[in-house]
Amino acid sequence: MSILINKDTKVIVQGITGATGLFHTKQAVEYGTNIVGGVTPGKGGTEVEGIPVFDTVSDAVAKTGANASVIYVPPPFAADAIMEAADAGVELVITITEGIPVTDMIKVKRYLEGKDTRLIGPNCPGVITPEECKIGIMPGYIHKKGHVGVVSRSGTLTYEAVHQLSTEGIGQSTAVGIGGDPVNGTNFIDTLKLFNEDPDTYAVIMIGEIGGTAEEEAAEWIKANMKKPVVGFIGGQTAPPGKRMGHAGAIISGGKGTAAEKIKTLQSCGVEVAETPAVMGETLIKVLKETGLYEQCVTHK
Amino acid sequence: MNIHEYQGKEILRSYGVAVPNGKVAYSVEEAVEAAKSLGTDVTVVKAQIHAGGRGKAGGVKVAKSLEEVRTYADDILGKTLVTHQTGPEGKEVKRLLIEEGCDIKSEYYIGLVVDRATDRVVMMGSEEGGTEIEEVAEKTPEKIFKEVVDPVVGLMPYQARRLAFNINIPKELVREAVKFMMGLYQVFVDKDCSIAEINPLVTTGDGKVMALDAKLNFDSNALFRQKAVLEYRDLDEEDPKEIEASKFDLSYISLDGNIGCMVNGAGLAMATMDIIKHYNGDPANFLDVGGGATKEKVTEAFKIILSDEDVKGIYVNIFGGIMKCDVIAEGVVAATKEVGLNIPLVVRLEGTNVDLGKKILKESGLDITAADSMADGAEKIVSLVKA
Repeated sequence: MSILINKDTKVIVQGITGATGLFHTKQAVEYGTNIVGGVTPGKGGTEVEGIPVFDTVSDAVAKTGANASVIYVPPPFAADAIMEAADAGVELVITITEGIPVTDMIKVKRYLEGKDTRLIGPNCPGVITPEECKIGIMPGYIHKKGHVGVVSRSGTLTYEAVHQLSTEGIGQSTAVGIGGDPVNGTNFIDTLKLFNEDPDTYAVIMIGEIGGTAEEEAAEWIKANMKKPVVGFIGGQTAPPGKRMGHAGAIISGGKGTAAEKIKTLQSCGVEVAETPAVMGETLIKVLKETGLYEQCVTHK
Repeated sequence: MNIHEYQGKEILRSYGVAVPNGKVAYSVEEAVEAAKSLGTDVTVVKAQIHAGGRGKAGGVKVAKSLEEVRTYADDILGKTLVTHQTGPEGKEVKRLLIEEGCDIKSEYYIGLVVDRATDRVVMMGSEEGGTEIEEVAEKTPEKIFKEVVDPVVGLMPYQARRLAFNINIPKELVREAVKFMMGLYQVFVDKDCSIAEINPLVTTGDGKVMALDAKLNFDSNALFRQKAVLEYRDLDEEDPKEIEASKFDLSYISLDGNIGCMVNGAGLAMATMDIIKHYNGDPANFLDVGGGATKEKVTEAFKIILSDEDVKGIYVNIFGGIMKCDVIAEGVVAATKEVGLNIPLVVRLEGTNVDLGKKILKESGLDITAADSMADGAEKIVSLVKA
């Protein structure tokens, strides 16, 4: 078991003929992801890497039965691509694209209201269920199958956490990058709910950063609902206020969204917070041992 | 991206949002000419820098004659203003806004932001004009009123009306206030603003509702479709190193410390600053070279880091995922040779082809300290810089 995606997930790639889309499609196929089609308007009827290309998402879904889509479309057209996927009834839309205007994302969020589509991202590395399905730009080989869920606003920091776990023999159920934008599809709480209900996930690492209050809200939710241990890390403890730290959403504005505040709230809600990014794995292992889950979580030598 | 107050007012005026008449001046003569052409009894001389708190720092003066305009313009132009937003080094004033004085009855606050909790644009208002909204939120949160905007229909007149009544705009001026708010919202969405703050919004003796100050910030992600806004960019107001970095698609933020950082990924870059601090060092910058760290990008990144005279050592922290460590190592070696590095360099590589990457660094013959982990690297660079 896992969350969001598994070996049966049928994926289409929007923007499959672009350089980024094509590169990561090849990587995903190599990993074993079931890529059933691609969409590039005007290139319908052709094939890339043996994968059929369609002009529209609805066409692709009708012909392939895809239930997930990954978007590599450039920022000016990405919001349109997300809405096209939702209109075609795709259940899971994972948007990798970085740099979508925030007003576009506000419209996307409004458009998705009342629809069954779940959006992950944008500006995220994607989602991976190790040894089953990889949708996105993360390096597949660092992940190992197992029982720890990972949810994060940052790409490379997720790899760092996963690597620390895998090195210690701790596999992952699913790793979800929710993205670094201020307006995104799926938030920490949505993902934590899924991990909470997944019988194969025993514990969770949650990686946040400065900006907004999503971590604080997640902390309160964890305190009230989470049945499994959660370990946290917050990046940006030394970030100056008012500066956008790479991610569009990573900004302390009006004194709100500081790392100190997030860490304080997480700790007060019973979440152990790793002191430095170097000990995210170590901190989780410590908690696993305290809760008697360690043996079950060691899935590799 | 930020713009100046006078530029923000130009945009507002073009949307029918009331602002006082005014002109920009780059010299004392221009300031006097501007005041002459305004022809009002009272003129306000306002320093134009990308920071708030100008009034308290002596950057805003009320002149009652052309002589006073001359005196104040001469005094403010070229002066370095230090406000709570400029940092201790302050900002030099190169432009002035010469504006007609107005007969202020009351001051209010109106602001638009993207609210991350609702994923909507929110208009905020308060009758505590002139005070920073954060301060109002802390001391008297009951005096802040909010209207959440549905993007399908935009700000509706009833919402603007409700906000105007809530913040106690006099009844006879509510119609004017609504017009103001509707126009301001249109500016926000049309121009892809990230913040539009009018503080203070004023009512005047002659029955006007207008923006006495205007702070507009724009979403950097939307600048590709905001050519007119981009014209307003003032490079004098930005850090030269940050401008240089943006040319190479590097995300760079200048900080106060002495350890230069080069990292791939924004999250890891922030975390690297944190871990340097954890080992009692001080990061000199945030620098994300992005997912595709090529030799050229690494070289440019090194040059930018080294252009900061405070930098006494560099820490390269790379998690090579799709990007292979050997490619990055080659980039680091080539860049080091090209820029002729003579300060300590610690490199931590992890990920794909890490052993090959470490081998390349070792065999380069360069004085590069290899680190086994993120923590190890941070400890090493801190001790090398202190030595």
